[in-house]
Amino acid sequence: MQPGIYHLLLISTALFFIGVYGFFTRRNLITMLMSIELILNSVNINFIAFNKYLWANKLDGVLFTIFIMAIAAAEAAVAIAIIINLYRSRQSIDVKHAEELKW
Amino acid sequence: MEINDFFILMKGELFLAVMIFLLLFIKVGKGMQNASLLTLIQVLLFVNFLVSLTFNREGVLFGDMFITNSLVAFQKSILSLGTFLISLLSTDWLKKHSHLPEFFLLMFSSLLGMFFLISSGNLLMFYLSLELATIPVAALANFDLEKRKSSEAAMKLILSSAFSSGILLFGISLFYGATGTINFSQLPGHINASAMQILAFVFLASAFGFKLSAVPFHFWTADVYEGSPIAVTSFLSVISKGSMAFIFLTVLYKVFQPLSEVWYALLMILSLATMFIGNLFALRQQNIKRFLAFSSIAQVGFILMGMSSNADMGLASVVYFVLIYVFSNLAAFGVVSVISAHTGKEHINDYKGLYQTNPFLSWTLALALFSLAGIPPTAGFFGKLFLLAAGASKGHYWFVIFAALNLVISLYYYLNIVRVMFMDKSRHPIQSIKNNRAANFALGICLAGIVLIGLVSWFYEYIQTLM
Repeated sequence: MQPGIYHLLLISTALFFIGVYGFFTRRNLITMLMSIELILNSVNINFIAFNKYLWANKLDGVLFTIFIMAIAAAEAAVAIAIIINLYRSRQSIDVKHAEELKW
Repeated sequence: MEINDFFILMKGELFLAVMIFLLLFIKVGKGMQNASLLTLIQVLLFVNFLVSLTFNREGVLFGDMFITNSLVAFQKSILSLGTFLISLLSTDWLKKHSHLPEFFLLMFSSLLGMFFLISSGNLLMFYLSLELATIPVAALANFDLEKRKSSEAAMKLILSSAFSSGILLFGISLFYGATGTINFSQLPGHINASAMQILAFVFLASAFGFKLSAVPFHFWTADVYEGSPIAVTSFLSVISKGSMAFIFLTVLYKVFQPLSEVWYALLMILSLATMFIGNLFALRQQNIKRFLAFSSIAQVGFILMGMSSNADMGLASVVYFVLIYVFSNLAAFGVVSVISAHTGKEHINDYKGLYQTNPFLSWTLALALFSLAGIPPTAGFFGKLFLLAAGASKGHYWFVIFAALNLVISLYYYLNIVRVMFMDKSRHPIQSIKNNRAANFALGICLAGIVLIGLVSWFYEYIQTLM
């Protein structure tokens, strides 16, 4: 059986919600960052699938994925820099040690 | 596309890019004294404001990717003016800081992102400029490197903004699947309110809610505002929020016009929830930055209400309100930042008896709070009036009644601070602060704005001619 658009969309949607679930349940900052990457990759799969099966004569989707990957790298760089700084002051990258600000 | 077009239509962005490179070269090269570098930056920011006022015309560049017209140019000049005022207000804090060039590098990059954001004509351009506008702000939030709160605030900001842009992208990808285009000019023709498109729109709108800090996406706001340095907080709450409101207007009115029934209901719910939650949480705050954070959430509720009118009046009233909001919120943050830079105090009870020692600062803060609350002689009253009128234009009067109720709740906590400053006595009030001239000048501009924009009807009429 050839994989069709539904299979790809199923994978990407599952990946998206795994990412959302991970973001809300994980307490480790690096893992939360990884969950965000999962979300972004699910979007990439979405774009590629739509581009291949629905809009084969266009390039917008493919171009969009390239930009998403580049931005994700930039975002991860800044986030990791911030997390390192957080680690210096708290000796931990667990969210429960970063809750001075609340209510 | 002629080369002239390129230089005139993108003049604001080009000027900012030149400023960024200039700062980079100064940083890499010999470096400068903090005081003289700060003066140079303030002059450059003022020139940037003047540049944004002159030679504006309509045009499109890069195959519909970059759109500019007189309204967009006016919005850009509001943002430039706000950044200029912030640079003046935080003079005291920045003079002592050892990373001055980096601070403005990041701030200019973010401003550049916002310029591209409000003139974007394509979802790809929109996403890229949104990231350019938010990532540097996260680094800015961490600018007090040794403070624990600052790094926590930055962590919360970067994670929540990355998450929200993930949601935004998912919405965009569904739109691309449903319509086959990401161009703002072609999208309205393909939108037919099918279930998939409405789902995609909800994803998109929730990402906007995150950036605008509308309830229920507001959880990061107060923490980030409290933890970051005050200059960054005011940048986030005024400039960043203003630019998001502008692009949200454009996207709703131009691109998602076929879905207007869907987003009217959505905006109504978001607006009411935002007003109520923002106001009720503001009541119980003791830290003044946190208090201003919740008050700014409540203001977003009113902005969303004005947006819901879906007519030129909504557009004009939101732009007008953001203009007033820049002045009144920056005046409030300015006083708070002056007091915090000199004494380090940020608790509301520390403001007891401020009037005895610092009459100018207390009057400024009082007028700013009057304007935020919407009390008649100030501009805030007219801003709120037009927003409520725009919200009433669809005939749902109960919506306006709830908003008016919220105005009453907000009066309580705004006037509470005025009471603390003017009427409460304290044995150890904040001592008399000798403010520097730049900050006083900026506070003066803010005061003039708060009084004049409401009384001089030219401003509102001018904004109406831009539609």
